[in-house]
Amino acid sequence: MADDLLRLEHVSKSFGALRVTDAVSLDIPKGELHALIGPNGAGKTSLIHQISGWIACDSGRIVFDGEEVTGLKMHARARRGLVRSFQITSILPRFTALENVALAVQSRSGSSLRFFGDASREPKLNGEAMQALRHVGLAEQAHRIAGTLSHGEKRGLELALALALEPKLLLLDEPMAGVGAGDGEALVGVLRDLKAHCTILLIEHDMQAVFALADRISVLVNGAIMVTGKPDDVRADAQVRAAYLGEAA
Amino acid sequence: MQDIAASMPMTQVAPRDRSRLIVPVLLFATLALAPLLGLVGPDRYVLALFTRCVIFAIAALGLDLALGSGGLVSFGHAAFIGIGAYAAGILTASGIDDAFLLLFAALATSGFFALATGAISLKTRGVHFIMITLAFGQMAYFVANSLKAYGGDDGLTLANRSTIFGRDLLADHRVFFYVSLAMLLAVYLFARAVVRSRFGRVLRGAKENETRIAAIGFDPYPFRLVAFVISGMIAGLAGFLLAEQSEFVSPAFMTWQRSGDLIIMVMLGGMASLDGAILGALFVVLTEELLSGFTEHWRVIFGPFLVLVVLFARGGLLGLLTGRRHG
Repeated sequence: MADDLLRLEHVSKSFGALRVTDAVSLDIPKGELHALIGPNGAGKTSLIHQISGWIACDSGRIVFDGEEVTGLKMHARARRGLVRSFQITSILPRFTALENVALAVQSRSGSSLRFFGDASREPKLNGEAMQALRHVGLAEQAHRIAGTLSHGEKRGLELALALALEPKLLLLDEPMAGVGAGDGEALVGVLRDLKAHCTILLIEHDMQAVFALADRISVLVNGAIMVTGKPDDVRADAQVRAAYLGEAA
Repeated sequence: MQDIAASMPMTQVAPRDRSRLIVPVLLFATLALAPLLGLVGPDRYVLALFTRCVIFAIAALGLDLALGSGGLVSFGHAAFIGIGAYAAGILTASGIDDAFLLLFAALATSGFFALATGAISLKTRGVHFIMITLAFGQMAYFVANSLKAYGGDDGLTLANRSTIFGRDLLADHRVFFYVSLAMLLAVYLFARAVVRSRFGRVLRGAKENETRIAAIGFDPYPFRLVAFVISGMIAGLAGFLLAEQSEFVSPAFMTWQRSGDLIIMVMLGGMASLDGAILGALFVVLTEELLSGFTEHWRVIFGPFLVLVVLFARGGLLGLLTGRRHG
């Protein structure tokens, strides 16, 4: 379809004899929140790595927003609005929370080959960064050194970094990993807000959250997509129950 | 109305910490007054020693941009000093002695060498980067050794210091010292601006977490390359001054031990702080002078001291003085 924001065509990747991604084809239309679920080791994160350009796929094509991005590196894809978060928090630990996010804002506003002028005092960058922090409830922590934030706060910062880039497609790799119940609920609320603004591909183990948020779900098993469909269809699928949901319940 | 207040920069920026100005002000004041020691001691010796301090402080500042802010452990920075020095030496030998021309030549050649070697070296990381910069440094060293027309391994004596608008103003040791100090101040202010700029923030970010920087849309390579070139040109400026001061250039300017000394200055003083690089350069040059008066094996004393500082004062000498740690 023409209005697919992301299109994967037979994307495959092997590490030695291990086939981590097996001819995955997937279309994600604009505005959809698509969840990717599957047992541990199914290759979900590896697939996110390939979509984001962090690792290259061996074969297949990745088309984003009408343009083939298969050969582009991560930074080039991020510039086109294909933005990811990491399962294992990846922040700048010695920068303040605000500076972390302001640097993301800087990446999409004007040239960064500027050698004069204190970047940490640019009101536009700080203002928009503050907005992203407010969005994830971290406004109060803006001036804290990122490395000293709690785990839950770091997960929020990770999300704020992605938001600040104003993504067209957001790849979220277990945004709630290791977050306590209270913070988890808050994050679900944030994700619900986000749905209105951008297309999302979400990996998440919290099935309640997935079935509450997702428009469509794909189940990945052994690197291949077993089924893609609406939440109710996926829940009812016998194969899926056997492979995954059954063992989780 | 509330929205306007919320978007005011004041509420979003931590207040500027004036106490951070104390160290640089003290450092520059001390250097500016250092020639007064000449009133009670041998004047020329004191001036020469502190001019040397200032010149190496410039080189250390240059390295700190690459090493401290960029995380690029260059083990070949002495080559840039040497290239800057030879550019001045060779032009002087050909009868050109205008200071601005020599300075331009020193900056251009060291900058070009940094661009060419950096473009290749920065394809590598970690130990490989250290080794490849060392290799390029050694290449420059051996090329200088083979320059038969310019003294080979004996080096080249300059007939005179360069002139400004045809006048030999720099011949006066006191003037030369203050010109060097003014250059140090200019380089320091420039480096401070660069570190805090948009460019510097990406550079520092890439040192902290390269993956994150790529994920927010920056390719670290061009930022590192530009930083490496600026760093090399600052070292080239130091080389120009060194040649002018000693009225002599030699391959010894480019030995890998000299590159190591520069790393020591930056690490000892306190990485990524700029103030620390100046402090480290002063300390190393003065300690070498002092200890080598007692024994030619001065490194036997200096070595253990360095180990202690690296082990127990992660922020270097500057960290010991201020109780702060930099990147």
